[in-house]
Amino acid sequence: MSGRGDDNHKVLDVRGLCTRFFTSAGVARAVDEVALSLQRGKTLGLVGESGCGKSVTALSIMRLVPDPPGRITSGEILLDGQDLASLSEKRMREIRGREVAMIFQEPMTSLNPVFTIGNQLIEAIRVHEDLSKSQARRLALEMLERVGIPNPAERLSNYPHQLSGGQQQRVMIAMAISLNPRLLIADEPTTALDVTVQAQILKLLDELRREFSIGILFITHDMAVIAQTADDVAVMYAGRIVETADVFSLFKAPRHPYTRLLFESIPTEKARGSRLRTIKGTVPPLTHLPRGCNFQKRCPLAIERCIEEDPTLREIAGGHLSACHRAEEVEELMR
Amino acid sequence: MTSNGTVVEVRGLKKHYPVRQGVFSRVAGSVRAVDGVSFSIARGRTFGLVGESGCGKTTCARAALRLVEPTEGDIFINGTNILSLSGKHLRRARRGFQIIFQDPYASLNPRMTVGAIIGEGLKVHRMASRRERRRRVTELLERVGLSAGAAGRYPHEFSGGQRQRIGIARALALSPAFLVCDEPVSALDVSISAQIINLLKDLQEETQMSYLFISHDLNLVEYICDEVAVMYLGRIVEQAHAEVIYERAMHPYTRALLAANPLPDPEKRREKILLGGAVPNPASPPQGCHFHPRCDAADEACRLQYPKLVEIGGGHLVACHMVDQKSKTSQ
Ligand SMILES: Nc1ncnc2c1ncn2[C@@H]1O[C@H](COP(=O)(O)OP(=O)(O)OP(=O)(O)O)[C@@H](O)[C@H]1O
Ligand SMILES: [Mg+2]
Repeated sequence: MSGRGDDNHKVLDVRGLCTRFFTSAGVARAVDEVALSLQRGKTLGLVGESGCGKSVTALSIMRLVPDPPGRITSGEILLDGQDLASLSEKRMREIRGREVAMIFQEPMTSLNPVFTIGNQLIEAIRVHEDLSKSQARRLALEMLERVGIPNPAERLSNYPHQLSGGQQQRVMIAMAISLNPRLLIADEPTTALDVTVQAQILKLLDELRREFSIGILFITHDMAVIAQTADDVAVMYAGRIVETADVFSLFKAPRHPYTRLLFESIPTEKARGSRLRTIKGTVPPLTHLPRGCNFQKRCPLAIERCIEEDPTLREIAGGHLSACHRAEEVEELMR
Repeated sequence: MTSNGTVVEVRGLKKHYPVRQGVFSRVAGSVRAVDGVSFSIARGRTFGLVGESGCGKTTCARAALRLVEPTEGDIFINGTNILSLSGKHLRRARRGFQIIFQDPYASLNPRMTVGAIIGEGLKVHRMASRRERRRRVTELLERVGLSAGAAGRYPHEFSGGQRQRIGIARALALSPAFLVCDEPVSALDVSISAQIINLLKDLQEETQMSYLFISHDLNLVEYICDEVAVMYLGRIVEQAHAEVIYERAMHPYTRALLAANPLPDPEKRREKILLGGAVPNPASPPQGCHFHPRCDAADEACRLQYPKLVEIGGGHLVACHMVDQKSKTSQ
């Protein structure tokens, strides 16, 4: 397959992506000048609080933003160099499922309750691959086995509700990887699962990533899950990427006040006995974002410049980017 | 309150639900949602209940408050067995224990103003005149970090975090000694959740309320609880001081839970010892130790008999044949 040979190859390179929702309350800047880059066989974590635009970013990459009220208004979405943003819907349909696959928090919402698992898996394969029914069935069995479903042959004739949440998610993963996509977008894939099942699914995704050199865009609001799974991390706030770095640098020395405060608001054993740090105020409505920095009203480091001037994402140290005018001072001032 | 400061004491609590089957809905068995749970909580302390979904945490909490009628057991709150009460005595006692929920919205009447919701308990218990009630509502709103103006508005006008504050204010209105917090921050973002957790801690410091704290977030439980019990299929399998559970857990299930728990630190990534399988159907739990089909250490005894919950020292309780054998041979 093209573009999979070299290790530093960017599977996904998103540049200046803007997605807007045109609503009665105004124009919501759900995704604003977003840049993301994901290498072949790596996991990029996209993290942020509810409503910051993680899912809309994912839907934009898949070109599945509901229109109306939403629309990608600018930007490039390069998948192995090919700009998805400018493809026809017909061409996009070929790419979805085959080259880019997606899994969600609630597997039940993507599985059809009235068809058997086998039916859905085999159909999903045959939409894209010119295979006979029995060939597709064989592939489906192989995939179910690979994702750790016991008695796969029996499972093919089961309906989705007959499986546990963890098994449903495994089926979704089998479906997603059966056509060997280069990019897998996982939007909160373990949020609805218990910790032990979550650990199983995370391990499975990690193995598949290595085995098939799939790039994974892993979306979550859970910092602990990010810490355990991502190679690189992008932190999103009010539609923007505010910081991005490799996972170790980000957790060791966050360079954006928002990231820093997020870390300190997580309860841990270290914080026992002391109060948790909180972030004052709330996220501004995406229809009425302020001039300057979106985080200014809640930021303990805000200065005049933050009200005047929109901070752009810039490199602070090798590969560590922050969209804060005072990025260099964060470590010292927020100790 | 008894002399040792125990506010809540639950003994042998059971809640079994009949399972009906077939066209005639015959009772075919029962789900032992809670099957013999005992614990006590001292004044000003927080007792955590953890375990995977369906293990009986919420049923246990609801039964402990008589929001569902327990099948068996005793529940003493401030020395009174609330299972022996009925009618007006039970209603009176109810002031002393309250609950806050995971989904504050579902628990707030959308057609009532926030002021009416918070003041309802005072009204029902005829504990204050109208004027006093209004004053108390204002006081409570301010205490939970909302403005007095919130009283005239409706629940849908508030964010998730604010709704949880309303739920807390309502619970506080009757100055309870015992508060059950059932996944109180699971639906909230981290930054908002931190505000609610701080609020709960502050309130406990001020009023010395006892908390029964239910959460699937093991990091949060470690942060907030004094004592922790781990439940599996309706029973407590291990219980100890929080530090002991997190540092010296003995039960294989507790260990597996902790091993699966992600820590917010990439330096602490570990090759995980993964627990296979999933929680069995509670309507037909495995014979013997309920955990044995998922346990690497299980032997014959585990397949035959449910292990007793025994103390292995310092208030550390474990229900495991293997641990029991080890502690016996080392004595
Ligand atoms: N169909 C839609 N119409 C209007 N606005 C929308 C629509 N879908 C999303 N939005 C808005 O876009 C913004 C980003 O939403 P998004 O779902 O991407 O957040 P998220 O980061 O995925 O949050 P969560 O963690 O809750 O899943 C929100 O303000 C949301 O209200
Ligand atoms: Mg989302």
